[in-house]
Amino acid sequence: MVLKIFFPQCCNMADSGLLVGRWVPGFDSVVVLAVVHYPFIPGQVKKYLSEMQRECQVDLSVLGSWSIPKDGQEGMDSFLNDLSTIFPQGHWLQLSREVGKRGFVCQVIHRGSVQLEGEEEKEGGDDEKDKVIFVHYNQRKVMLSHLHPAHGQEPGEEGVSELCLVFQTVAQCQPLFFLDKYDDGPIKLTHWQSEGREASILVELVKQASVPVCMVLTWLLSLWNQLMSTRVPNMWPLHFLSSKLSTCVQMSYRTEHLQTISSLKRAQQHGHFMRKANIFVSFLVDIALGLLLISWLYRENRVGRLANTLVPVADVSVCRPPSDTLNKHVAKELQELLEWLMGAPAGLKMNRALDQVLGRFFLYHIHLWISYIHLMSPFIEMILWYVGLSACLGLTFALSVVSDIIALLTFHIYCFYVYGARIYCLKIYGLSSLWRLFRGKKWNVLRQRVDSCSYDLDQLFIGTLLFTILLFLLPTTALYYLVFTLLRLGVVLVQGLIHLTVDFINSFPLFAMGLRVFQSYRLAEGVKFKVLCEEPGMSLHLMMEINPLKSSTVVQLYRTPTYSCYPKDSWWALCKKLFVGELIYPWRHKGFKED
Amino acid sequence: MSEEKFTDINGKPISLECRFHSSFCREFVVSAPKVSFRTVMTCTCAVWLSAYAVFFITKNTAVLSSAIVTTLVGMMVHIHLIKIDHERLLIVGSLGVQLSSCFASGRERTTFIEMSSIKDIVINEAIHMQRVIYYLCILLKEPSDPDEVSGVIPLFQSSKPRLNCLIKIYRSCQEILEQS
Repeated sequence: MVLKIFFPQCCNMADSGLLVGRWVPGFDSVVVLAVVHYPFIPGQVKKYLSEMQRECQVDLSVLGSWSIPKDGQEGMDSFLNDLSTIFPQGHWLQLSREVGKRGFVCQVIHRGSVQLEGEEEKEGGDDEKDKVIFVHYNQRKVMLSHLHPAHGQEPGEEGVSELCLVFQTVAQCQPLFFLDKYDDGPIKLTHWQSEGREASILVELVKQASVPVCMVLTWLLSLWNQLMSTRVPNMWPLHFLSSKLSTCVQMSYRTEHLQTISSLKRAQQHGHFMRKANIFVSFLVDIALGLLLISWLYRENRVGRLANTLVPVADVSVCRPPSDTLNKHVAKELQELLEWLMGAPAGLKMNRALDQVLGRFFLYHIHLWISYIHLMSPFIEMILWYVGLSACLGLTFALSVVSDIIALLTFHIYCFYVYGARIYCLKIYGLSSLWRLFRGKKWNVLRQRVDSCSYDLDQLFIGTLLFTILLFLLPTTALYYLVFTLLRLGVVLVQGLIHLTVDFINSFPLFAMGLRVFQSYRLAEGVKFKVLCEEPGMSLHLMMEINPLKSSTVVQLYRTPTYSCYPKDSWWALCKKLFVGELIYPWRHKGFKED
Repeated sequence: MSEEKFTDINGKPISLECRFHSSFCREFVVSAPKVSFRTVMTCTCAVWLSAYAVFFITKNTAVLSSAIVTTLVGMMVHIHLIKIDHERLLIVGSLGVQLSSCFASGRERTTFIEMSSIKDIVINEAIHMQRVIYYLCILLKEPSDPDEVSGVIPLFQSSKPRLNCLIKIYRSCQEILEQS
């Protein structure tokens, strides 16, 4: 069998010593983690290894010896070979390297469990140079990286791949890399951190500060939850309103996020850590964008100008150009539209009486709406000013508030749509039922099918009369229904776009994408091998590099699950509903996704 | 290291290079022909002449600049995303198989499959329209279920060598797979 030795790049030029690492169970490979240098006392090495074994929960052992012959150390080779008796195990590796050459020489000594008469039995000192592969790896990158299993594979007990085990071994042995060359201990090691431990003051400060901050946040959130679970907000009108307003939905969603971030338990698994980090970073970016929006909005009295466009400031009797006031503009446009419908729209001839009735009905509503806006006009600027401050909670809040304002301002369009749809729907049902009567059939409710039925003469007479009336009034109703449905669909489209943007900001994994761009080795899809140029007679040397995850996979894997709104019906179902006149609510909010 | 000339299934010339690094590690590189100068010149001239004709009619200089931008962007997209220069197969006994496609701009797309997931490397036939094509593929297995084939990965998809080239690669790979 071919033996694979995973050798860290940092130990390529290390001084002679003992190799410390792990034999990968189930595969013919060994991972070298560090080199212990002379002088050492074997007893202390054993003690240190058993300590490390307890801390890392990895079965470390002395694998063999490593020698780079230098001047003044000629006896080192034989000394190190004699050490194989002190550290007993199945195989002993003797790696050596000459300073001028690039290749390593490896000798594997297999020791049987039977020892004859105290003499060491060397069974089959294999000297086959071409049966050993050296795989060089960058220890720091492999330690920090997380190997993602291929799609569909669960990291279960059976079927764990060799590379997974190698990555796990290096990642779990972090305590082994804490001793550096400035420590005055009895053991001198070489590994990736032996030149000096890496640390960052900022990271340490943040770690110290995070504990009290998390505790304060948790306490505040518990207060808020208690407030929300009292009777007042759960009474019917408020509860209904808060489930419809997207601002309240967004607020509840953000409190859940904050609860995830401020939990005092450290994230044990990689998945949890990434989730927390993604939520934290997107929260920060959200607030930063919100503050940016505030700083732009509150300059140069833009809030005042916005309020002016939303409300008719001056008297209605004064003739104003339509570009001035948005809401009055909207109401005026609707009035003009209705007057156009009451005339001969697009050359179609409407039923005069029905036209006048419907038109006056809707015009009265618009009149009520305009009066209501007049009442509110002195307060609009103040309300807008305070509501704009809510953007400091995040850009998503500002967008939700905008969506809610649009919903409130176009409430009359929604009402008109409901009226028009109901009238049209009733008309269609009436028509279909009377059509059946016309043909002599009836809808059997018990059997849920159409049956033939014999009607009396007067039933037939009235039925036919009503059918004719409804049929000739159909174009007028249909036209009103069409116009208001189109307006309603336009508003729904705008609201849907805003919700999609909010959803995108909520769920996009910024931290994971940042990792992918700046430290791509941390999210690994797999590995790549490169053959290092070999010298004749030496074993095969491969360089193992980390193959980073594709960006699309990163987004897919690390998306924060959200209450994404997506279309409830397919296009065909939507068209059918529109034709029949059923009320449509095209966006459906998914409930909170559970992991 | 040996380099031989073959043809692909459409008749275009390709070359196969075999490198033997050791008795259990071999590398095969199949190179497609480079982008020919004539094709590039023809495409560029066609685009620019039509742009000039449109400019002559409409007298709008935006047409010319948009033609230049389109040509540049199209060339960059072609060499970075579409044109595969060579495909490599590295097989290391008892470690695994590495497939990589190298694009004309130098970008490499690499996949590594471990030996424990590989069931076998075989030559399959496929019927495409009116002809029968042979392709080399790797059969995958789940380590928990060694008898079932869980996936098929076809190799050399863009260079598409013919059967004689595939047989050479197949024989070499089988020698290594038998050892492990």
